[in-house]
Amino acid sequence: MGYELKMRVWRGDASGGSLGDYAVEVSEGEVVLDALHRLQATQTGDLAIRWNCKAGKCGSCSAEINGKPRLLCMTRLSDFDPAETITVTPMRAYPVIRDLVTDVSYNYEKARELPGVELGPRDADGKRRMMQVDVERGQEFRKCIECFLCQNTCHVTRDHEDNKPAFAGPRFFLRYAELDMHPLDTLDRRDTVRETAGLGLCNITKCCTEVCPEGIKITDNAIIPMKERVVDRKYDPLVWLGNKIGLRNKDNEGRAAT
Amino acid sequence: MTTGVDGPGRAQIEERTLRTDRWWLTPLATFIVFSGFVVFATVRAFMGRDYFAEPYLSPFYSPCLGDCVEGASDFGQPFSWWPLSAALIILIFPLGFRMTCYYYRKAYYRAFWLSPPACAVAEPHSAYSGETRFPLLVQNLHRYFWYAAIVVGLILTFDVVLAFRPMPDEYAVGDGETSGVHMGLGTLLMAVNVALIWLYTLSCHSCRHIVGGRLRHFSKHPVRYKLWTWVSKLNASHPRYAWYSLFSVAVVDFYIYLLATDVIDDLRFF
Ligand code: SF4
Ligand code: SF4
Ligand code: FES
Ligand code: FES
Repeated sequence: MGYELKMRVWRGDASGGSLGDYAVEVSEGEVVLDALHRLQATQTGDLAIRWNCKAGKCGSCSAEINGKPRLLCMTRLSDFDPAETITVTPMRAYPVIRDLVTDVSYNYEKARELPGVELGPRDADGKRRMMQVDVERGQEFRKCIECFLCQNTCHVTRDHEDNKPAFAGPRFFLRYAELDMHPLDTLDRRDTVRETAGLGLCNITKCCTEVCPEGIKITDNAIIPMKERVVDRKYDPLVWLGNKIGLRNKDNEGRAAT
Repeated sequence: MTTGVDGPGRAQIEERTLRTDRWWLTPLATFIVFSGFVVFATVRAFMGRDYFAEPYLSPFYSPCLGDCVEGASDFGQPFSWWPLSAALIILIFPLGFRMTCYYYRKAYYRAFWLSPPACAVAEPHSAYSGETRFPLLVQNLHRYFWYAAIVVGLILTFDVVLAFRPMPDEYAVGDGETSGVHMGLGTLLMAVNVALIWLYTLSCHSCRHIVGGRLRHFSKHPVRYKLWTWVSKLNASHPRYAWYSLFSVAVVDFYIYLLATDVIDDLRFF
């Protein structure tokens, strides 16, 4: 059963823009991206949208729907009242290129700043071995599709452009956590995550977790554990003393001494 | 606020949020309930009276280390010279624990400081440094308050044991006390409260880190791995326990206040 959907879509570029009103034929079971594609095909041939998979796996179609950061291809029309007007804007934390397309290169710069994996020596037979329980914890973080919705929502940079140089953002805290929990990695990232990535800027208000389309518990399972690890390294006087007098943690949990 | 969502380069949109749901409801409710609790707790802590109705001791005053009423001090009165309410000597521990709690931080940063009020709703501040500087840097000491909270939990558990003591004569049913134990509504409330406080304390993120989260090789520490798995399960409900235990503490204190001021009599089970 089809119906006419009322939409407001942001049109414009860096020099300015506004929300345009449209009405488009849709049918039940479609997603917001379908409606936009029909709009593009029938009324606004030059509407710019970034998308690839239409299956919630490529992370390209991030935008904001009724003010909420979401994937266009995973937001069902059936979640809305047919009489409701659906407002679609580009992500509001990034420079807009045109219409719904933003420039997310900030995220690629942050990715490059992140120190990659540094594995220790191989076992005597030339192989590397990891126990299942030791790798399980990081598996959740590998579900990330790099949609950058968490990065876009995080108020640290969304509301404060000036924090961008000092703050890597939740998606990369996820990566820090994954590597710091990796059983074979040897690099101590606890200083980098605080100094370079700006973990202390996060005030654990959990918006990244709220918007993640993969349902990754970014704050509980990555950010807070990393904050606790930073405390171990930097702020806990007892751990510091224990390390000094050699009481605990002689192997630094497999991290190379720094 | 020209560096945020209405800054140069960003899509030009006037509204600070286009959200159409009632995003303000949760922060508003949090603000009202937390403020209510703070007012109630402050009044009760400064009162310095009506915190003991034998055999019940209010959690705000336990352990009672100041110049407390007779029967309330089970650990002596090392601070008997303290001129103010005895609650003020010990409240720093539960207060500090909750103030630095990762969940409460989230809740009050959102509801009281509006940083941010809700997701994708622009915050009203022009500058932001998160938890990188004093005083918020102190949040990093949360684990020490957790250690203290374990001690507080043990003391409150002891209070529950004491709350099974026989009641004084005037409350006796029939011809004086017949058995060595008693249980009343007060005992029940205190027991529920302490259970919720333990759930809250053990589901703490720092607890999760300390018992096993800090390890990189669970396989080398099977016992700690098990503990971590349990605490992780509890941890998922940490916000819920934070709320429940907040209410239960207030309810217990208020019930004891009503008993101590003779407004009501304890409901006795046996
Ligand atoms: S929890 Fe931290 S990283 Fe996630 S959105 Fe909030 S401030 Fe940003
Ligand atoms: S963590 Fe979630 S929200 Fe963030 S980029 Fe990955 S999938 Fe997207
Ligand atoms: S188009 Fe690939 S995630 Fe939406
Ligand atoms: S008590 Fe809430 S995180 Fe520790």
